[in-house]
Amino acid sequence: MMAYEHNLVCFNTFGSDESWTMKTYEEHDGYKAWRKILAGKMSQEAVIDEVKASGLRGRGGAGFPTGLKWSFMPRDAPGQKYLVCNSDESEPGTCHDREILRYNPHALVEGMAIAAYAMGATVAYNYIRGEFIDEPVPRFEAAVKEAYAAGLLGTDIQGSGIDFELHTFIGAGAYICGEETALLDSLEGKQGKPRFKPPFPANFGLYGRPTTINNTQSLASVPAILRNGHAWFAGLGPEGSGGTAQFSVSGHVEKPGNFELPMGIPFKDLLEICGGVLGGRKLKAVIPGGSSCRVMPGEAIMNCTMDYDSLQQAGSSFGTGAVIVMDETTCMVKVLRRIARFYMAESCGQCTPCREGTGWLYRMLTRIVEGQGREADLDKLLDVANKIEGHTICAFGDASAWPVQSFLEHFHHEFEYMVRNHGRSIVDSPDEAAA
Amino acid sequence: MSEPNPPTELLSDHVTAQIDQWRQRFPERRQRSAIIGALHAVQHENGGYLTAELMNAVADYLDLPTIQVYEVGTFHSMFQTKPVGRHDVAICTNISCMLRGADDIVAHVEHRLGIKLGDSTEDGRIFLKREEECLAACCGAPMMMVDHKYHENLTIDEVDRILDGLE
Repeated sequence: MMAYEHNLVCFNTFGSDESWTMKTYEEHDGYKAWRKILAGKMSQEAVIDEVKASGLRGRGGAGFPTGLKWSFMPRDAPGQKYLVCNSDESEPGTCHDREILRYNPHALVEGMAIAAYAMGATVAYNYIRGEFIDEPVPRFEAAVKEAYAAGLLGTDIQGSGIDFELHTFIGAGAYICGEETALLDSLEGKQGKPRFKPPFPANFGLYGRPTTINNTQSLASVPAILRNGHAWFAGLGPEGSGGTAQFSVSGHVEKPGNFELPMGIPFKDLLEICGGVLGGRKLKAVIPGGSSCRVMPGEAIMNCTMDYDSLQQAGSSFGTGAVIVMDETTCMVKVLRRIARFYMAESCGQCTPCREGTGWLYRMLTRIVEGQGREADLDKLLDVANKIEGHTICAFGDASAWPVQSFLEHFHHEFEYMVRNHGRSIVDSPDEAAA
Repeated sequence: MSEPNPPTELLSDHVTAQIDQWRQRFPERRQRSAIIGALHAVQHENGGYLTAELMNAVADYLDLPTIQVYEVGTFHSMFQTKPVGRHDVAICTNISCMLRGADDIVAHVEHRLGIKLGDSTEDGRIFLKREEECLAACCGAPMMMVDHKYHENLTIDEVDRILDGLE
């Protein structure tokens, strides 16, 4: 395995004493980019062009080019415009935004200031999930306070004519609030239910004003891009997948953890960095980017690199970079049932195919696990999933369907086995598993 | 902007001060945005759950229709609308935690406390939250959240130690 440099972008203060303080952040060249902007040395267009050229893509799961998203904002139009950061991290398997908030919150504060400036937004909210109230929220709020005290936020900052107010918002537990338009409704004090698009948030967002929503990791990457230049960032990863990613590797590995590594790292190297499969067992399957991504058989992902194109060509997606590893002892039926429960519990309920379909999926899978499954259930699972996919307001419906489709595609024999054996899992039958 | 209504007797000075802090983060007439923050404050002071009376008081204080507060109060997993035990124990059972043994921890805790997920102990000491969804600490699986504090890389012994420490 070649040597990889860790922690080049969002985690670059990690390992230093009190990595979350402004002092440490500035020792790592923090706020240099923002100070350059405050000194009038970088136009809005220049910032957007730099981010576009860096190849940064939204790290919240969809992978939309960040600079392009910023360019949609009518930045010169009069009236209030908003930036919103999505720290409502709750995609199963994903836990790296929590690390940024706890250990390098100033990167996010600076990234938000730069993004807001580029888009002509003078007010920003960071929507942090409610469960983060004990540690990530206080860390982030302390960083905001430090930045205000240092004269880096506020009104007419350092005489630059730039205004920027940054507020924390705290959620209260609802996965759907991570969908960007649901997040806006939640921020407005309503139930978090996704909106029809168009209109898009860049035209009609928070309180009906132009708004851009970016993920924590995307925004925290921005200061390093401006400091080191777009070519540096783009060059860290392969074509089409600039920069680093924070991989949350969980499940059956020896050393689970969050690792910031260059995009495009081969999966087998990432697995090696995590100490390999738990107990030296055989790899069965991997969900490469959070539970909403299609599952991949172990042998398929062993040939992939961890970037947008490679995983898409292999039939899955990069998602949030949350790599969930499953070894040969894993019962795929039980895992899918647990995933299905999640989507049933978290459906906001406004679209019938999703509200009803996610319950059908969970109940059928439960029936199978409890030994009451029927042969026809396997086709019906697929049928229900297909009827949800593409028929809902937001991508949550698709996210509930993809695991079902992909688990059945790659592990159909495990479902068949359980139906025929009245709830016994293939992994509890060593002869069958080996076959 | 209309003056805030006089706080009802149900909301302490501490709670109304917190609600005021939330309110000033948003533009004028956008006090609806302060509902989540207000409900967190109210629930915390009320021993971990909301009542209709408290939600009415929040609506009154923020000058909003009560339905708007009920909608938010009933939408989120962190808000409880029935009386619960003093300590909120939430064991994550989602995929990463499941792969690392969360089901065994749930079974152990249910057995030990003699209650099922979603119930509180009879002495009112512990509320074992309904099957919990991902809490974003997947690399420290299995994990649980006790009164907002995360406990990661749990073992059965560690869970017992934590539960024993709850007054």
